[in-house]
Amino acid sequence: MLELIVISTLNGILFGMLLFLMASGLTVIFSMLGVLNFAHASFYMLGAFFGFQISRWLGFWPALVIAPLLAGAIGAGVERFGLRRVHKNGHVAELLFTFGLAFVIEEVVQIIWGKSPVDFRVPPLLDFPAFTIFSTNYPAYKMFMLLVSIVIFAGLLIVLKKTRIGLIVQAALTHPHMVGHLGHNVGRIFMLVFGVGTALAAVAGVIAGPALVTQSNMAGLLGPILFVVVVVGGLGSLPGAFVASLLIGLVQTFAVSMNGSLAGAFGPLSPDYASTWLSDIWGVTIAQIAPIMPYLLLVLILIFRPMGLLGTRDT
Amino acid sequence: MRKLMTAAAFALPIFGALAMSGGAATAQETLKIGYIDPLSGGGASVGEVGLKTFQFLADELNAKGGIQGKKVEIVPLDNKTNPQESLIQAQKAIDAGVRYITQGNGSAVAGALSDFVTKYNERNPGKEVLFFNYAAVDPVLTNDKCSFWHFRWDANSDIKMEALTNYMKTAPAIKNVYLINQDYSFGQSVRTTARAMLAAKRPDIKIVGDELHPLLKITDFAPYVAKIKASGADTVVTGNWGQDFALLLKAAADAGLKVGWYTYYAGGTGGPTAVKQANLNHQVFAVGEGIPNVDVPGAQAVEKALRAKYDFSLFYPRAVNEMRMLAAAADKAKSIDPVKVAFALEGMEFDVLHGGKGVMRKDDHQFFQPIYIASFGERTEKEPFDEEKTGWGWKLVARIDTPATMLPTTCKMERPN
Repeated sequence: MLELIVISTLNGILFGMLLFLMASGLTVIFSMLGVLNFAHASFYMLGAFFGFQISRWLGFWPALVIAPLLAGAIGAGVERFGLRRVHKNGHVAELLFTFGLAFVIEEVVQIIWGKSPVDFRVPPLLDFPAFTIFSTNYPAYKMFMLLVSIVIFAGLLIVLKKTRIGLIVQAALTHPHMVGHLGHNVGRIFMLVFGVGTALAAVAGVIAGPALVTQSNMAGLLGPILFVVVVVGGLGSLPGAFVASLLIGLVQTFAVSMNGSLAGAFGPLSPDYASTWLSDIWGVTIAQIAPIMPYLLLVLILIFRPMGLLGTRDT
Repeated sequence: MRKLMTAAAFALPIFGALAMSGGAATAQETLKIGYIDPLSGGGASVGEVGLKTFQFLADELNAKGGIQGKKVEIVPLDNKTNPQESLIQAQKAIDAGVRYITQGNGSAVAGALSDFVTKYNERNPGKEVLFFNYAAVDPVLTNDKCSFWHFRWDANSDIKMEALTNYMKTAPAIKNVYLINQDYSFGQSVRTTARAMLAAKRPDIKIVGDELHPLLKITDFAPYVAKIKASGADTVVTGNWGQDFALLLKAAADAGLKVGWYTYYAGGTGGPTAVKQANLNHQVFAVGEGIPNVDVPGAQAVEKALRAKYDFSLFYPRAVNEMRMLAAAADKAKSIDPVKVAFALEGMEFDVLHGGKGVMRKDDHQFFQPIYIASFGERTEKEPFDEEKTGWGWKLVARIDTPATMLPTTCKMERPN
């Protein structure tokens, strides 16, 4: 039992940190441009595929640097030449633009790399069990993923809170016009933020690619959960995104390891009708509904605390 | 590519309709088979492999003069793995002069199609349509919900489980079994049959876990693997396919979970790569109607030709049996009329691709054939083919002859007069 708890905690934190890498960019972009970037998870996928291709040519370590830069450049380009033009037609147009972009990216990836998973391997340097805990190996690569996420989180926090760029970005979040009047190029700030945000998603892609499966539908699998993180954490709140990511990671992981069901909880006290016309719901275990837990959380948060856990505004 | 195919899917029925109105004579020149399977969305990778396999088989038949002198043509129709969409596509196909439909991915889709074809044939005597099912394995399709117009070439889920458990019966090392399956009709049927059959054949085996997870939605199976590990299982039985199998195995490899795997679809796209990455040398078993490394010259020739043309292996030996049997039945009936072909198929015996006799049982239209259990790992000179460029290949472990795969059916077939 203790073994399961320890491993589940580790897994939950790891999954949470991965979510955070992606959600951090998304939440900042959301609060700045006021647009839910539907294509955000696609940059995660681009990162994974770029990482795969570059690691073939140059090895994993250069890929870890180059792939996010490339994806970030594409992201910045999308903002500069796409979103900015669409912007004058209102938020709906922007939303539809990112929605379409997600499909375009998926299609392009399928044309280049095909629809089946590619063989993206963990680098040999990290391909060993980091430690063994109650006879379960914990792979070194997962520890590495954890480390990268924490370093990026710390870096992001320092940049935003302690540097001049961070100050301007924070100001542009709430008062873009004022920042513009003070002589800052708000357009360029937006572009930079978009680029950095997508690059962060790409980092997540490069490090998650070998651990999970790299294939053309990976964006669709993770995309919806990102929105949950952003809403639960609170729009534009980086610490909120951090807390929400960890929360969702842990909730999902622990829910999977539980076998309880309504029938089990009520035991002999369960009413007679439960076994007949409630039989479907009565017998479902928590593990079975684990994947919908985040969405349940989303619904509850929207009802009871619409600004999110650490958010400040009602949007 | 996908766009092109979608375009083709839309355009072909239109052209077909034109041909029909232009004169029945043109339509008679070809025998059209409507291939209704996912060509976009999550199932596309599987559906495309199937389409290419059928086109390859049509080319093979056409090179020998087609079926009854008619050229065979595969009409691709994208159903997005959706039963509703499948019916629209089926109607389109029929309007374009298609009288034979084939489909395989998803028993929900197969159930809807079987129903649709049965009703259509009742209302349209003289224009009957046949439904050839090459991969949907829910037993109900040839039991309670059987239809005269539905023929299944894949061994149904119960037959596969019968074979797997018969083999597991002989492995005394198996003591604690964990079941993990996808949460839909097929996964649930695997789970219940596995429980029932193991209880009957090896009452000493303990089922230490029984998991259902959502279909094709899990990105990280590490939590599930931690649970398997905590349960103390030495063997896992799973019907998982596609990425649900590949990701499960990857997570198992990371955690260092060393158990035996008894599977239905370890050979599917991405499966072999995951097994190799997990380094589970000959610990993963799969059940099916044929493997590349069976020493039958005919089968190996097809395998070689297919691999030379496309970069995938023959996932569907049953598709070969299906197309060749269609040709044989048409020859026997001396016609390509679906009703005559259907009667010719009933009870028909056939030498299957991987050797041995198969039979299309008249009672339920389930095809029975020798079943193979194979393990995946390092090859010897007896195993010439590897999978997905891993260097590893399938090794024959057990072969179950046709009579031993026959299970009773509850089907009460209604035949046309």
